[in-house]
Amino acid sequence: MIPSAFEYVAPESLDEALAALRDGGEDAKVLAGGHSLIPLMKLRLATPSLLVDLRRVPGLSGIQREDGSWRIGTMTTHYEVTGAGLGLASAAAGTIADPQVRYRGTLGGSLAHGDPASDMPAVLLAAEGSVTVRGQSGQREVAAADLFEDFLTTAVGEGEILTEVRLPALEGYGFGYQKFNRRKEDWAMVAVCALVKKAADGTCEDVRIGLTHMGSTPLRATAAEQALRGQPLDAERIRAAAEQAPEGTDPPADLNASADYKRHLARVLCRRALEQASS
Amino acid sequence: MGAPGAEAAKTTEPGGNGFVGRSLKRKEDPRLITGGATYTDDMVLPGMLYAAIVRSPEAHARILSIDTSAASEAPGVHAVFTGEDMDDLAASCPMVFLPPGVEMRIPDHWPLARGKVGYVGQAVAVVLGADKYAVVDAATQVVVDYDPLPVVVDPEKALEEGSPIIHEEFGTNTVFEWSLAGGDMEAAFRDADVVVEKRLVNHRTAGAAIEPRSFLAQWREGRLTFWSSTQIPHICRVLLSIQLGITEEKIRVVAPEVGGGFGSKLQVYGEEVLACWCARRTGRPVKYTATRSEEMLVTHHGRDQIDYVKIGATRDGKLTGIHAKIIQDCGSYHLIEGPVIPTFSACVISGCYDFPAVQTDIVGVFTNKFTTDAIRGAGRPEATHFIELTMDALAEELGMDPLELRRKNFITEFPNERPHGFIYDSGNYHGTLDKCLEKLDLDAFRREQAELREKGIYRGVGFSTYVEICGLGPSRALGPDGWGMQGGYFESAQVRVLPTGAVTAYTGVSPHGQGHETGFAQIVADRVGVTPDVVEVIHGDTNTGPFGKNTYGSRSLAVGGEALARAAEKIQDKARRIVAHKMEAAPEDIELTEGRFEVRGSPGRGMTLAEVAGEAYIPADLPDGMEAGLDEICFYDPPNFVWPFGAHACVTEVDAETGRVDIVRYVAVDDCGPAINPLLIEGQIHGGIVHAVGQALYEQMVYDADGQLITGTFVDYALPSAADVPSFETDRTETPTPTNTLGVKGVGEAATIACSPAVVSSVLDALRPLGVTELDMPLTPMRVWQAIQAAEGGAS
Amino acid sequence: MARISVRVNGVEHTEDVEPRLLLVHLIRDKLGLTGTHVGCDTSNCGACTVHVDGHAVKSCTLLAVQCDGSEVTTIEGVGSETALHPLQQAFWEQHGLQCGYCTPGMIMAAADLLATNPDPSEAEVREALAGNLCRCTGYQNIVKAVLAAAGGMSAQAAQPRREEVTA
Repeated sequence: MIPSAFEYVAPESLDEALAALRDGGEDAKVLAGGHSLIPLMKLRLATPSLLVDLRRVPGLSGIQREDGSWRIGTMTTHYEVTGAGLGLASAAAGTIADPQVRYRGTLGGSLAHGDPASDMPAVLLAAEGSVTVRGQSGQREVAAADLFEDFLTTAVGEGEILTEVRLPALEGYGFGYQKFNRRKEDWAMVAVCALVKKAADGTCEDVRIGLTHMGSTPLRATAAEQALRGQPLDAERIRAAAEQAPEGTDPPADLNASADYKRHLARVLCRRALEQASS
Repeated sequence: MGAPGAEAAKTTEPGGNGFVGRSLKRKEDPRLITGGATYTDDMVLPGMLYAAIVRSPEAHARILSIDTSAASEAPGVHAVFTGEDMDDLAASCPMVFLPPGVEMRIPDHWPLARGKVGYVGQAVAVVLGADKYAVVDAATQVVVDYDPLPVVVDPEKALEEGSPIIHEEFGTNTVFEWSLAGGDMEAAFRDADVVVEKRLVNHRTAGAAIEPRSFLAQWREGRLTFWSSTQIPHICRVLLSIQLGITEEKIRVVAPEVGGGFGSKLQVYGEEVLACWCARRTGRPVKYTATRSEEMLVTHHGRDQIDYVKIGATRDGKLTGIHAKIIQDCGSYHLIEGPVIPTFSACVISGCYDFPAVQTDIVGVFTNKFTTDAIRGAGRPEATHFIELTMDALAEELGMDPLELRRKNFITEFPNERPHGFIYDSGNYHGTLDKCLEKLDLDAFRREQAELREKGIYRGVGFSTYVEICGLGPSRALGPDGWGMQGGYFESAQVRVLPTGAVTAYTGVSPHGQGHETGFAQIVADRVGVTPDVVEVIHGDTNTGPFGKNTYGSRSLAVGGEALARAAEKIQDKARRIVAHKMEAAPEDIELTEGRFEVRGSPGRGMTLAEVAGEAYIPADLPDGMEAGLDEICFYDPPNFVWPFGAHACVTEVDAETGRVDIVRYVAVDDCGPAINPLLIEGQIHGGIVHAVGQALYEQMVYDADGQLITGTFVDYALPSAADVPSFETDRTETPTPTNTLGVKGVGEAATIACSPAVVSSVLDALRPLGVTELDMPLTPMRVWQAIQAAEGGAS
Repeated sequence: MARISVRVNGVEHTEDVEPRLLLVHLIRDKLGLTGTHVGCDTSNCGACTVHVDGHAVKSCTLLAVQCDGSEVTTIEGVGSETALHPLQQAFWEQHGLQCGYCTPGMIMAAADLLATNPDPSEAEVREALAGNLCRCTGYQNIVKAVLAAAGGMSAQAAQPRREEVTA
């Protein structure tokens, strides 16, 4: 399988990259690690006219701590995130596909691609992080809750580049990550991530639950969160909260999982993730 | 069938070196581990054109028009051809299974469609050019106008009145009907106290060799050289000759390094004929390499049977008979032998058990899907699956331990003629099961199982005791007057001792990963008194060695290896006579010990093979009447099939909440006769298990109602990886066959034939407390979860 | 066309390539290094695994232009028949291959694992090979080979389990 022909540039600054995108028009695409885009191009499901490769743009890679958050450059690979000790984000990144893919796939690329079956979008959503988006007219911060608009559609507009990810460090939170797939290298049939902060008396001070592949975008299990917040973190309450994990979701069915089955998995995985996060 | 009149072969002593039976490292590996091997797609010839194929997106449609003008004018395109251009072919794809007295419906199946398509992916046009990227672009510019026709993908629906008919000329979707039976079937079920019936779907799978098919054709000076990722170069040459209408001596077919086959390359594909035809038409070498997406669409699929099984028994567990009706989905067209596959199910319908009566009724059906044909096991995994799971159900019905039921009915006397005429050569079914249980420790498992169930953990164990038919095969039984395969199933071998004493061994089989260069060298080395490193095994080239019948049906060792052993023994015999002559001794007093032919009782008095070769090639002093040279041929046609067997046990753990199945332990005890190289056997067993675990848990070819393949890449067609399976515990017993002098059976398919019912049975055992009694493969988490939901007392 | 320079197995190559040229086709078709194979279209099988700048990657999912200025190692750069890499030796001794088609990719993926984790457990080896498919071996002997190589690389004195061809 061979992509259709396209033009390619690898600019050396962000401004040049933005200019190239502007000049390239609507069929121009940003190339980060390429591990979502190139497979689609080989199957000719994506046929960009221009690829603007960010690999030469300085300052887009690396992880820094600032004001209670991690600032992660868009070109930071899943491999780097896995090894960076970022709790939930590292755990989730370590389950992506296989080692070869994790060396090339990038956090920014994965988020901008907006595949609801990918691991990192729900993590960012649950952590209530944000991304920095640069365009011709300057840069803006987009909260995770506003980033994912629809299947493969994000708030990163035409001619814009997602440059940085801000991931709250969420110290004092325990986390759980439960990914259900058929084979180790597969996308999640359903995944649930949970972040739990315990109060001094052992009750749930705060909880965030992210759902992967339960809709056309990553989702928060808000009903389950509400059910648990302020409650003792015992098995019964966790179970009861997890029952509400699929509340309000409309999961896409596929060969391996009907909508019903996905809802069921969301409940089971939510319970397990909460148990993991609060243990 | 197969054995009447067969004489038991006398097992020979191989000679003095003792290389047979040892786990030697493979001779093939240095080139493979360094990237030095040459697979077909690695080859480039001057002036070579790449072929890109335009394929039908419709499952059933008339072709109204094909417009190739834009593609022809696209940059870098040398030529574009359609089916109409290929009207000079002499024949369409021959299908070689024509059982006597059976009406077999064989539609014309051309390399490029003519007027109509019957499956998604059918080749409609070919684009040739020197740039492999440009031809792919140009292929998208071929415009085909289709008039869609109604589609049928379900084989049972295809048999119903009013179904769309795929080939109007036949007026039916039935490919053929055949029944293979023996014993008093009526009495079998009349005398039974208990009869269990099951319907089992053995779903469609892919061979999925990791090397996609690749073909390179060169036409020079009126001669065709064709390199193909094939298991069957010799057969390919015959069929190319028939289809291209040129005589065979002008064709050379070479199978270079071949990256796995599993039956999927036991084929002569339309693209092979197409590449050769294009090379002839253009005068340029032409290469076609399939993408994985094309592989999934149009490399033949396997299985796809619906099996209705009925077993009768007396109250005390004595089997009275087995009846199976097999509905085989053949796809819309045949390749070389697809319809024969369910026949192999019929051969082993008796399993390891002493059924007094057996019957298999086969119905082949056309559907708008791609062709099914031989994939690892080919009919036998399906049979083992339905026999073993129905035996489990019978045990349940009788309230009897499933192993006790098996043991009570094991065949113990050999040779043993089954009611349908097949003669089991040798066996020790209790022996493999004993050894399997010894390794498993069933009592300990049952205790553990009970303890875990208390904690809500569901583990189960399942067994499969199997026998397979392989070593294809006795030509009299298999051939035109037997069950109708239009060919002979001997194997050829030639052993040539070179003047300096090195040995070239030509074999008619054509390995693609099995390790014959090593195993066969061990066989020859022992018989001619050299070390295996100086025996080069040559295969896969129709211009070297005699005509052969290639590699499939676990035949290479039992037929090809035996042929080589016999050719080597002819060398040994001639060498003895030369040595006897030179040493002034009787030939019967010459013995082969530690690499020398010596006069018995006179240590040091003898010759090496190199010295013998010197005499043979400088024939100044040979015995009177002896020809010069040291070069012998054998054509070996076996008197019977061989029947490997064994016992497999699988332990699974089921997550009753999600339906996920994990294999916890797997114990395999197989008997394929005496080992030539135990390392190679172990490798075949490991790979065979995972192939079947793939079918049991992960892999499935799924078509939607419109005939679109929806598992068309490795994303959706889920081959398991190392991270998805455990390590296995394997062992062997050795029961020689009297069919050949080596005593050997086959092992390439054994574990795949054995494994799937053990996996399914273990899951059913695990879920017994939840009331689940039926599960069809693949046991995907959703399917298992749904079964738990449906069963009374479901978990949630 | 784009001009790129790539150092492959220690040799500098400068090539004019279409931007869409996949790294695996640069390696196989332009540089003639055919030990790297293609087994699928979707980054699943790993037969095309090579190292780029020290990490195992799937060369069917990289554009050659993305590797401009990079260091690439293929199976041909790992060892030779006369100087086998410990992993190659172990694959041979443990019967870690049959048809050999997936083998170069397996060895490259395993080499990456051992570079970061010289003493892996069986589970870690299996996880590390999740992106490499083999249809022949059932993986058991591949896993054994990687474990043996890990042992062998830390203690060169390990005895080969298999006999030599010449006794």
